[in-house]
Order: sequence, then structure tokens, then C-alpha cells
Amino acid sequence: MNTLILSALSGVIMMFSSFLLKSKSAVRILAHLLLGAIIILNILELKSIHFVEFNTQSMMVFDRFALLFMLVANLCTFAFFLLSAKDIEKVGVHYGDYFALIFFILSGVVLVASFKSLLILFLGIEIISIPLYILTGSDKSSLKSNEASLKYFLMGAFSTGLMLMGIALVYGATGTFNTAAMQWGDKVPVLIIVGMMMLLFSMSFKVSAAPFHFWTPDVYDGAPTVFTSFMATIVKAAGFIAFMRLFEDAFGSIRNEWKLLVAIIVAATLFIGNISAVFQQSVKRMLAYSSIAQAGFMMLAVYSLNSEAKEGLILYTAAYSIATIGIFAVLIRMKDYTIEGFNGFAKSHPVVAVSLVIFLLSLAGIPLTAGFLSKFYMLRATIEAGSLWLAIFAVLMAAISAYYYFKLIQAMYFKDGSDTQSIEISGGFTYSLLGLSFFTILLGIFPNLLTHWLYF
Amino acid sequence: MIVLLLILIPLVGGLISFLLKEEKTVRSWAFLVSLAALAVSIWGLTTEASSGELQFSAPWMGALGSSFSIGLDGMSHLLCLLTTVSYSIIFIATWKSHYTKAHNFFGLMLLTAAGLIGVFIATDALLFYFFWELALIPVYFLCSGWGGEKRIPVTFKFFIYTFSASVLMLVGLLYLYFQTPDRSFSIESFYALNLSNDKQSWLFWLLFIAFAVKMPVFPFHTWQPDTYEQSPTATTMVLSGIMVKMGIFGVIRWVLPVLPVASYMWGDVVMGLAVAGIIYASVIAMQQNDLKRLIAYSSIAHIGLMAAAIFAEHKTSMQGVLIQMFNHGINILGLWIVVELIERQFGTRKLSELGGIAQKAPALSILLVIIALANISLPLTNSFVGEFLMFNGIFNSEATKYNILFAALAGLSIILGAVYTLNMIQKIIFGNTSNLTEKTYDINLNEKIALGLLVLIIFSFGVFPQPLLNLTEGFADGILKKVDVAKLITQL
Repeated sequence: MNTLILSALSGVIMMFSSFLLKSKSAVRILAHLLLGAIIILNILELKSIHFVEFNTQSMMVFDRFALLFMLVANLCTFAFFLLSAKDIEKVGVHYGDYFALIFFILSGVVLVASFKSLLILFLGIEIISIPLYILTGSDKSSLKSNEASLKYFLMGAFSTGLMLMGIALVYGATGTFNTAAMQWGDKVPVLIIVGMMMLLFSMSFKVSAAPFHFWTPDVYDGAPTVFTSFMATIVKAAGFIAFMRLFEDAFGSIRNEWKLLVAIIVAATLFIGNISAVFQQSVKRMLAYSSIAQAGFMMLAVYSLNSEAKEGLILYTAAYSIATIGIFAVLIRMKDYTIEGFNGFAKSHPVVAVSLVIFLLSLAGIPLTAGFLSKFYMLRATIEAGSLWLAIFAVLMAAISAYYYFKLIQAMYFKDGSDTQSIEISGGFTYSLLGLSFFTILLGIFPNLLTHWLYF
Repeated sequence: MIVLLLILIPLVGGLISFLLKEEKTVRSWAFLVSLAALAVSIWGLTTEASSGELQFSAPWMGALGSSFSIGLDGMSHLLCLLTTVSYSIIFIATWKSHYTKAHNFFGLMLLTAAGLIGVFIATDALLFYFFWELALIPVYFLCSGWGGEKRIPVTFKFFIYTFSASVLMLVGLLYLYFQTPDRSFSIESFYALNLSNDKQSWLFWLLFIAFAVKMPVFPFHTWQPDTYEQSPTATTMVLSGIMVKMGIFGVIRWVLPVLPVASYMWGDVVMGLAVAGIIYASVIAMQQNDLKRLIAYSSIAHIGLMAAAIFAEHKTSMQGVLIQMFNHGINILGLWIVVELIERQFGTRKLSELGGIAQKAPALSILLVIIALANISLPLTNSFVGEFLMFNGIFNSEATKYNILFAALAGLSIILGAVYTLNMIQKIIFGNTSNLTEKTYDINLNEKIALGLLVLIIFSFGVFPQPLLNLTEGFADGILKKVDVAKLITQL
């Protein structure tokens, strides 16, 4: 709760910071400080130290799972700030506003991670979505960015409508918004089933699961690359936490009704995401499709809904966000976004290339990286839930994903570029990248560093 | 403790190599590291198994039911010995080769060694999988970075092929994990499993395909000749000498004792594939004009024989496989060294352009003939012992009804092997000198040492194979006791 208050407050502070602070670096430092304070509050909350107590009327519950996810999201945002805060500057003139919007999104993340009431879920999703529409269109002079924003807004509004309809139907059948208090007799009412379907579809839209993924590549491609990085990682992960909470609390008891449907969505997402990513020439689009493919893996957690899945989802969001933020941070600085643009990159920037390789290996799921263990947890949860075939399908798709991640490694290391791009890299940037790759490997060897927070 | 050193030495040594700048220093350093690893594995031979020095276990990822446990037994010890011996000889033989970015090259080579040794000594399934993949990554970089002209697509095919197969193995291992009563990845829990026949049957393929690709068994071999051809020779030596043994090792350690019923049921199919592969590869080897491809196909034939011998599930054949794993590594290493020499001197690997080397380079010719004869497994050479045991085992096998047919067809491999190997010798060594071979000079000291050492090993284990037999006997017995063919036959 304290985290929620501070992040909302930070948003307001950042909004007005542009009036008071003239230099851009001051704004940036303020954003870092505020996020640092949020993280400290979050850790204190995990240690059960609260400064302000609120009665949320059991509309929200701050259990360890919620708090830990918030911590992961905040830490990843911090990594995002460290690597890319300067690049936000280049998007447009309203530097402070962008930070404000990001802080608002973070408070939305808190809502969706901890909701117990469908109303809070709706609020959270909206608080996340609306700033994203703005961020997507923030590059005002670019037609692509405008198009992406409009597209995202229209599609998003439609799916929100679907979600509201679903909530209304579920409310009609049960008379409550509280996900834990919903009850029905032995026979599941049709209203519940229809409402659940609508919620399932709208949530699938938010996490860009197939066949609701069509907006993703265009929006990710059109949005300014810095914000794509944020959207594809922290926001997407938040969607999954909401998804999992919703289906565990409200519809866990009727799992048989939706199990098959979710399995089909998982399989379709994995298939479409991976196959399309193979054919991409632009790294940015490739990462957009790869984010769909990874969403398929994360969705296995929704499918299996056991304690392994919870651990796995936390680990997965951390591993995936770190790796993707790292790759995007380098990509932002490149002029040429095609895979050929990375030719000979290892020669001109050996250290950055090594950390990129670690991130790519993590995304491909090679042992010793966090990406492997998170995929491993997901497979474990899936087999535990009794679906071996889905697990086999998922690993085969993971093998395909190695193809396009390694294509980038090939370009960097084994191909010579005629005009190798050299990018501006400060010492701090390199160290932050190395730090992130270090974490990727650390989590790949000792996942307990993260998962034990769920229990102690 | 010894076993821990065995993995730490190449791992740490490899990481340090990345930091060294001078090519000379890093080459000597890598050589020293390989010698140290060799010394440790020989030290292990003198240690009693009961002293506990050969086992090591530390808690790791306890929540997942996995631990960092490694151990040396007969088979893993033999393979660690092969790895360390091969590495020392590879470094001697390629002493004069120059590499761009040598520190990366040697660092990756040593990391590969750490991965390979890890695969051989892991006694925990998850740890095994970790090393299994980790051995692949540095090889990917080695082949793509320092290989021939078509290296990038070829290595990519190799990588995707083996990676796809090994992720299936991961699912298989995970499923087995859920079957253990104590939810553990340890090898003891896996060995204690008693699964129904149906489950074993499809689990067998999940696991076996990963190993079959690595060996490679026909029809999973298509990555192999291209990869051998395009990789830098030092890496090809590692690939063909040691890495293919990962597949055979995997079957003996993780398939046969864990899924005995399925191994028995599918034994005929696998043996059939293996025998088909032997003949197929031998026939193709006869047609080859490129030395590297010839040796690559000959390797497929030899590995096929080993695969067939495993599924004969007979004590002599099992021991034959174990010994032959070592001997095949030694022989093929010798062949690659010669190929490297020829390629460096003449700039070609085409048999049609070579000839008449015997007059100009007698030492090379003699050593090559000996190694080639070992490749045909002539008596007095090391591989005769292994192949004889394998044929004997296949012939007497109770696990298959077609034992005589398989033994006869596999026996063709010796004749076919003689055809292509002698043909190769004839075209390289004898005949008239061509324009290219006019200016042949004999081999350098380091190559003489490397080949000499190999010939020494070939002869000593050819004449006196007892140490190898002693090392592997207990292990072969243990495995077959777990499989218990006699009981399976009465049951099914």
C-alpha cells in the first residue's frame, strides 16, 4: 500500500518537476531518487514494515506474491532508468511528463498485482493502459508513432469494453466483485462462463496472446523504442500477474471449463510468435514477436496454476525483463535496426556484445542463465499440471526461438559489417549492462535468491 | 575432491585464458591446464573408490530436488581420461597453428573441456543437462568463429539440430523427476524407478533422440560431415574424439538402466538403424574425395557399431563399447592430426590431388599407416580389442533375435572400413608425386611427439588391454545387473 501511495505521488511530483527544475539531468536524478525510495518502501513492506496502514475493505491484498512481483517490476524499472533514462530525453520535449506517466503505470502495476476485487483490476488495467497510449504516441512528428498510438487506443478500448462486460456478467451471476467470495452452485451458471470468456479474451489481448496479438508488432514497432522496451517487459509482466491472480482466485474452481481453451491459446501464441519472429529482418520487430513467444511461455503459468507456476512466473518476469531491457537499451542507440546492422558489432564493442550474448542466451533458454531456469520452472509446472504434450510443444518452440536469437549473435560475432555502426557508450552504461548480465547468470545458478522471498 | 578438481581446472583455466593477451602465453597456459587435468585424472586412477575422493556432493537448488553431485566410476573415469589425454595431444599437435584472437580460442576450448567432463561426471540429471548444453555453446562459437568458408550456416544447423533434440531430453528428464517418489533428480532415484512399459516406451524416444543426434546414429547424422569439414581442426578433434562419446555415454548412463524395458523393446529398431548406418556410412566413405568427409563418414560407421553393441546388452559387448569409446577417440585424433598436416602443407584435402608422400616424408607415412591400420582395427592395435568384444557380444546377444544377422552385417564394416581406409592410404602415400606434393617436407617435432604418443597408446592397449578391461569390468557388470535381460525376456 505504501508503495502504491508513493508511486502515485511520484507521478504527481514528476508532473510538476518540469516547472521547478530547469536542467534535464535534475529531472532525471529526481526520478531515480523517487524510484529508489519506492523500492526501499517495497522492500520494507516485504519485511512487514508499514508506515501507513489502510483498510482496503478487502479489495486488495498485499501478500508476498504481490509484493515480490512489485519489487521485481520496480527493480526492472530502475534498471530501465539506469540504461535508458537519457534516451527518453531524445523522444520529445516533455521530459518530466514521460517519467510521470511511467510512475503512474507503476502505481497501476501495484493495483493489478494485488487486487481482490474486479473493480480494482479494472482500475489497474486502465491506469496502466492510458499512459501507455500517450507514451506510444509521444513521438509526435513520426507518423508511425501516431498510427501505433491510435491503433493501440482503439483496440485497447475495445478490449476494455469486453472486460467491463465480462465483469458485469460475473457480477450479475454472483452479486459480488470480490474474487475470493464468488460462489455458485454445483452447476456453473452460463453467465459465469460467458463472463469468464470475456475476461479471458480481454486479458489475452492485454498480454498479447494469440489470436489477440495483432496489435503487438505494429504498436511495438511504431512506439519510440525506449517505451517499447518498457511496454514489452514490465507492463506485459504485470498483465500476466493480473491474469494469473484473476484465474486463480475467481475461476480456479472451474478450471476444467477453461483449461483446454487456455492450452489452445498457449500453443497458438507460442507457434505464431516464434514462427513469425524467424522471418523478421528488423531487430525491433523480431523482439516484438519474441515478446509474443515469451508470453506463450509465461501463459503456461496461467494454465497450470500451482505453486511451481507462481515461483516460475516471478522468475520468468525477472529473467525476461532484464534480458529484454538490456537488448533494447543497446538497440535504442543504433541507427540501423536491421539484423545486418549488428554485423561486426562484437569487434567495435566487445564488452557490450558479451552482455548482449548473455541476454540472448537467457531469452533462448540456455542453462546457466536465468532464462533457462524460468523456462524450466514453467515446464515443471506444466508437467505437474498433467500436460506433457503442451510441455513438449513448448520446448520445440523454444528450440525454434534459438534460431532467431542466434541469428543476432551470428551477426555480431561472425559477420563483418562494411560500415559497422559505432554507438556512443558511456562507462556507466557499460557497467550497468554488465551488472544486469551478472544478475542474469546469478539467477541462473541460484534462483532461490529470488524465489525464497515468496516464503520467508 | 579429485573429481571436483577435474572440473574446476579446465573451467578456471578457461576463464583465465580469456584475460591473457599474448598468443604464446595463452597457448602454453592452455597446454599446462590440460596437463594438470590429465595429472588429476591419472591421480584418480591410483585412488581407492572407497576413500570418497571420487565423489563430491554439495547442496544446490534444493527446492528443485537437485544437487551439485558429481562422481567418477569406471565409465566416467575412462572418458575423463580420454578427454584429458586428447586435449594434451591436441594442444601439442596444433602448437604451430595460429589463431586470430587466440585467447578466446583457447578459452573456449578449455570451457568445452569443462562442459564435457561435467557431462561425464554428473550424477544428477539436472546438472547433467546443464553441462550437456554448456558443452555445446563454446563449440558453437569455436566452429562459427574459426571454421572454414561455409562455417556459419553449417554450425548453425549443427546447433539447432542438437539443441532441439536436447530440449526434448529435458522434458523426458522432468517427467522422470515427477515419477520419483522423493521428487529428486539424483541418479539413484532415477535408477530406483520402476515405470510401466508404455511410459518407458515413449520416454525412451524423448531421451534417445537427443543422444542419437549427438552420436550420431543414422538417420540423425546429417549435421555431422558438414560440421567436421567446416570446423577448425582442433575443434573437429574435440567433436569427433570426445563429444560424440557424450551420446554413447548418455545412452549407457541415462537410458539403459532407467528404462530397461523400453531399451529391450526398442533394441531391435535401434540396432537395425545402427547397422544400416554402418553400411550406409561406409559406402559413402568409399566415394569421398575429401579427406575430412571420408573420416567423418568412417566415424559414423564406427559409432554405429558402438550403438548396436550397447543394445546387444551383453557383457562382452558392453565392455567392448567402453573400451572402444576410448580407443576410437585416440585413433580419430591421429587421423585428424594427419589431415591437418596435409592440409597445411598442400592447401588441399582432395585425395585426387595428393600422392607419393612416402618418398618425401617417411616418418609421416609410417605413423599414418599405423593409425590407419588401427582405424581398420587390425590385431595388435587398440581397436581390435574393442571391436572384437563388440562383435562377440552382438553375436551372443540374447536381447535380440537377429543377433547373427546383425553381427554379420556389422561385420561388413571391417571389410568396408579396410576398403576406404586402404584406398585413402594408397592415394595419399603411394603413387607418383603430384605438383603439390613435390615440395613435401617431413613433420615437425611437436607433431612427431603427438603422433608418436598416439601410436604408443595404440600399440600398448593393442597388446595389453588389461588395464582398460579392469577399469570397465565392474561398471559393465553393474549396468547389466540393472538391466537384467534374462528377466526381461521371460517377462515379455
